[in-house]
Amino acid sequence: MSLWQGRRIPLAWLLLTRQPMRLAVALAGITFAGILMFMQLGFRDALFDSSVTVHKLFDTDLVLLSPRSKSSISMTGFPERRLVQAKADPDVTGITPVHWNLLLWRNPQTKGTRSILALGFEPGDPLFLDPAVTALAPRLTQKGRVLFDDLSRDEFGPVAKWFREGRVVESEVAGKRLRVAGLFSSGPSFGADGNLLTSRETLLSLVPNNPPGSIELGLIRLRPGADPAQVVDRLRRLLPEDVTVLTKQGFLDLEMDYWRTSTAIGFIFTLGAAMGFVVGCVIVYQILYSDVSDHLPEYATLMAMGYSLLTLLGVVAREGLLLAIFGYVPAYLAGQVLYGVIHAATKLPVSMATDRATTVFLMILVMCMGSAAMAMRKLGDADPADIF
Amino acid sequence: MTTLHTGSAPPIASTADGLATVSVRGLSHWYGTGTMRRQVLQGIDLEIHPGEVVLLTGPSGCGKTTLLTLVGALRQVMEGSVRVLGCELNGSSRQERQLLRRSVGMIFQGHNLLRCLTAEQNVQMGADLLPGLGYRARRDLSREWLRAVGLSDHLSKLPHDLSGGQKQRVAIARALAAHPRLLLADEPTAALDSRTGREVVELLQRLARDEGCGVLMVTHDPRILDVADRLVRMEDGRLWAEEAVVG
Repeated sequence: MSLWQGRRIPLAWLLLTRQPMRLAVALAGITFAGILMFMQLGFRDALFDSSVTVHKLFDTDLVLLSPRSKSSISMTGFPERRLVQAKADPDVTGITPVHWNLLLWRNPQTKGTRSILALGFEPGDPLFLDPAVTALAPRLTQKGRVLFDDLSRDEFGPVAKWFREGRVVESEVAGKRLRVAGLFSSGPSFGADGNLLTSRETLLSLVPNNPPGSIELGLIRLRPGADPAQVVDRLRRLLPEDVTVLTKQGFLDLEMDYWRTSTAIGFIFTLGAAMGFVVGCVIVYQILYSDVSDHLPEYATLMAMGYSLLTLLGVVAREGLLLAIFGYVPAYLAGQVLYGVIHAATKLPVSMATDRATTVFLMILVMCMGSAAMAMRKLGDADPADIF
Repeated sequence: MTTLHTGSAPPIASTADGLATVSVRGLSHWYGTGTMRRQVLQGIDLEIHPGEVVLLTGPSGCGKTTLLTLVGALRQVMEGSVRVLGCELNGSSRQERQLLRRSVGMIFQGHNLLRCLTAEQNVQMGADLLPGLGYRARRDLSREWLRAVGLSDHLSKLPHDLSGGQKQRVAIARALAAHPRLLLADEPTAALDSRTGREVVELLQRLARDEGCGVLMVTHDPRILDVADRLVRMEDGRLWAEEAVVG
């Protein structure tokens, strides 16, 4: 017999839909819980993702860091010759030294200052993944020129807007006059509200106290086909203790771990998502429990007719499943819209990631099925002998 | 009504060998425990044969409904023997009783229809218990039973749009749609006016006869006693008198 021919009266569906008000309340509750989870988890992931926006700019396989560099806001220097030493490894094809400093940028409009992340490199070095940035790099060969991140927060002044209007945008960093020579896109992160790129020469003139021969970041590119993990092992044996060797992913993880462990952000947003989950559970449980209670004589009648308890449990389970599906869809759509709104307002890299969409669906499913399982216990009260 | 027999046989069909549909021997039952323990049934003997309509009367609280729930496999038998459709209920498991109930139609004092289902869907909840029938066959069966109880114009009405008599007729159609070999009815006319009650009981009697289905009906209603093949009177947990009725 085909499945279609074997179908029964869709009791779960009819129980839900013949009480539209109750269904609307249930769906509103689930949708609310879903949106809350989408928002909280979205913020959390966006904040962690945003902490590595700059790290992701680099076209590199391995990096060298000072062991004292624990995050992008506390980068300390190490001897540049370690990077040169790394070049001795046969798998290493290219090295690029990078300076990494937090400087005070003066808003050209309000004259207020704000901390900005400045990266200094040799304009001829191929260190960026984005060819648009590489194409702009030659403009930095002239001293005192910088590239400004047009996704930087508005507090740095209308730099990008003025630049696009063709105006000469000049500002003051660490007491030196700088001119904006171009725009690139990266975005603010935890550590820095804005970013700028400049040449090593310009940057070193801004930080005169920098010890000579010291850099904050060394980029190492490997020959195609080389195993980064093996090269990391070899370099760790080769180089002394005053330098840390990481893969690019390890570099990203270091930064994200710093914010995850040294701040309460992960905890706060996870707690927010958990609260959405709990609220959703309470609502769905209330709805399903009163649904079972109200229909107890009817369930008892079905048992008297010869339906098994398992069949009736299946009805409640299907009600839970239907609620999960119909509550998730509006939550997903609202989440999409709200992510767009948040991205426009905060410039945080927040979007509907597949894994988060799956996580929230699974949480809603667990919420509904768990509540259904709790409500099922009430079915044990349905005694067919009582209905006569 | 022959078209209604097109479905495959229900799981328990052993009554065809001429055995009684219901055979009760020395049945006793108690409620409560300890000092509160109270005997409600004492040494009941009763037989119902296929196609026979037995009416059970007696004052309130005399144990009629308890007997009905025991015969309907809704309660565990404590003492004595209850054989329904060839199945011994004393010592039966929960699942055995659940499966047996599929062959026992039940009509309640209230109609006990599912409020969220239409008349047709309610009847189909009964037909859905039949094994091996496709969806369309079960739906057609439901419609046919609703026609048999005179409700073909009310297929898609919800219970609260139906009158008391109509609801009770839907309940009868639902009970019969599962192709029962035994029908149990507990005061099916209690909520109906005398004329409607009379109609419903006559319908029940006719359909049960056509189906060769034994009927045990509890009633207080003196106006419907004449539909019975046999009257049984119960008092204080005992069956007192049996009298044949000229049907």
